[in-house]
Amino acid sequence: MIELHNISKSFGSHDVLNDVQATFERGKVNFVIGRSGSGKSVLTKCTVGLIEPDQGFVTYDGRDFTALSGKERKVIRQEIGMLFQGAALFDSMTVEENVRFPLRMFSDFSEEQIRKRSAECLERVELSDAGVRFPAECSGGMQKRVGIARAIAMNPKYLFCDEPNSGLDPQTAIVIDQLIMEITREYDMTTVVISHDMNSVMEASDTIHFVHEGSILWKGTRQSLLAGGNRELEDFVFASNLMRQIRSSGQL
Amino acid sequence: MVMRKYDLNLPVPVSPINPYLRTMQWMFHIGRYMQLLAASFRRPEKWRVFKELFILELESIGLQSVGIVALLSLFMGAVICLQTAHQIGGWIPVYTVGFTVRQTMILEFSPTLIPVILAGKVGSNIASQIGTMRVTEQIDALEIMGVNSATYLVLPKILAGVIIVPFLVVLSMVLGIGAGAWIGVATGVSALADFEYGMQVDFKVFDVIYALTKTVVFGFILTSVSAYHGYHASGGALEVGRSSTKAVVWSVVIIMISNLILTQMLLN
Ligand SMILES: Nc1ncnc2c1ncn2[C@@H]1O[C@H](COP(=O)(O)OP(=O)(O)OP(=O)(O)O)[C@@H](O)[C@H]1O
Ligand SMILES: [Mg+2]
Repeated sequence: MIELHNISKSFGSHDVLNDVQATFERGKVNFVIGRSGSGKSVLTKCTVGLIEPDQGFVTYDGRDFTALSGKERKVIRQEIGMLFQGAALFDSMTVEENVRFPLRMFSDFSEEQIRKRSAECLERVELSDAGVRFPAECSGGMQKRVGIARAIAMNPKYLFCDEPNSGLDPQTAIVIDQLIMEITREYDMTTVVISHDMNSVMEASDTIHFVHEGSILWKGTRQSLLAGGNRELEDFVFASNLMRQIRSSGQL
Repeated sequence: MVMRKYDLNLPVPVSPINPYLRTMQWMFHIGRYMQLLAASFRRPEKWRVFKELFILELESIGLQSVGIVALLSLFMGAVICLQTAHQIGGWIPVYTVGFTVRQTMILEFSPTLIPVILAGKVGSNIASQIGTMRVTEQIDALEIMGVNSATYLVLPKILAGVIIVPFLVVLSMVLGIGAGAWIGVATGVSALADFEYGMQVDFKVFDVIYALTKTVVFGFILTSVSAYHGYHASGGALEVGRSSTKAVVWSVVIIMISNLILTQMLLN
């Protein structure tokens, strides 16, 4: 379980996050949704400590992450897997080497075990044949999947995915959504997914946090989403005709 | 979207005419450079991985620069020989040619100009490599895994630079003097015996020590300053290009300033 307590962050005079409170539950896929520029990526980066919040703190299963020193944070960081919005694969390494990288850095595995584990992870994202390619030779969707494989290589307790399926075709998007759901259940992870894709929200979310201009305006589940809550949420969720039709037909 | 700067405050806005703001900005960069150095000189997470990176850097900083270093040194040695012969006229002893080639190569050309050339070749490479990793969030990805990105990326480059640049400089000295001797004999401006005598006359071992000391410092400067500019790149591809230009310019400027300081300190 990850808890955010009163997180605020501004860049210069630009307030990006205002007093954000959130709880991401264990064994669940916790979605953070909101419009582009609402502060979702900054929120994630504050949560994992890539950006220091101006105020507030974050706890990982009760451990106050914000108060820890750099060295102590490393321990928790090794329990975190993260998929970046742009995948952020190491472009000097092949796909396979990317997945092996955290294992080589932090596990006591032998080369043989590392090879086995990375093959497992690549198989999990259906990329067994792509191991020898370089990231530049992979499509955007493949890069995202490699990013996931690398993120889960160390069996993380906490998984962050920043827009795992933006820019992907609907079929691949669903494969990724389901993959995230499955691994979350399988390893009992605390998963945080950032998205503005209503399809994947309806597909994969257990809990939903709606961010608007740096504040969390609404929390709930996909069932309660249809009932709406406030103007901003409804504008966001029912922006598409499809979602409006789902609402009027009253079924999920 | 690409993240810009993190918890570090943005630099004071530049004003080319306001000396106060200029100074503040320099202080900011010096402080942040020191911070990066402090973050780099930590124990690597895995020695095995570090060793691999280090060897890779030895290759890319050292081995891949042998060609350009050799080319420049051969031609410079030859040119210095011809120029000196041209200048001494009839009444200065011919062995001055060998003497001058030796002194120029050992004291100044090899230890200072070779690092300057390397700042252009290696420095821009380091800055654009690290800069690209910054703007594509690869450095964030390292940090998230718990890897100290400064130690991982910067330390192997600095160590490789400090170790390999002196070798390149010694190579440059040998080739330059050799080329000088060859062209002297080939064009008939200096007999081999004269050149050899000139090479040995008034030779001080300290000159070589002085030269190599400079070189170690310059190797440190060109790798660390370039790494600094890459590490703190922000924005996109355009910014990476800009940071690599800055890396070269600042490496050269700092090499020149420390050349003056070191020369004054060591030769007096
Ligand atoms: N390092 C930074 N310096 C200054 N402003 C920043 C920085 N990072 C983000 N911002 C600003 O914070 C706001 C929120 O950015 P963020 O990346 O969190 O948006 P987002 O919700 O992830 O959007 P998207 O869905 O497009 O990824 C934006 O207005 C952005 O310009
Ligand atoms: Mg984002």
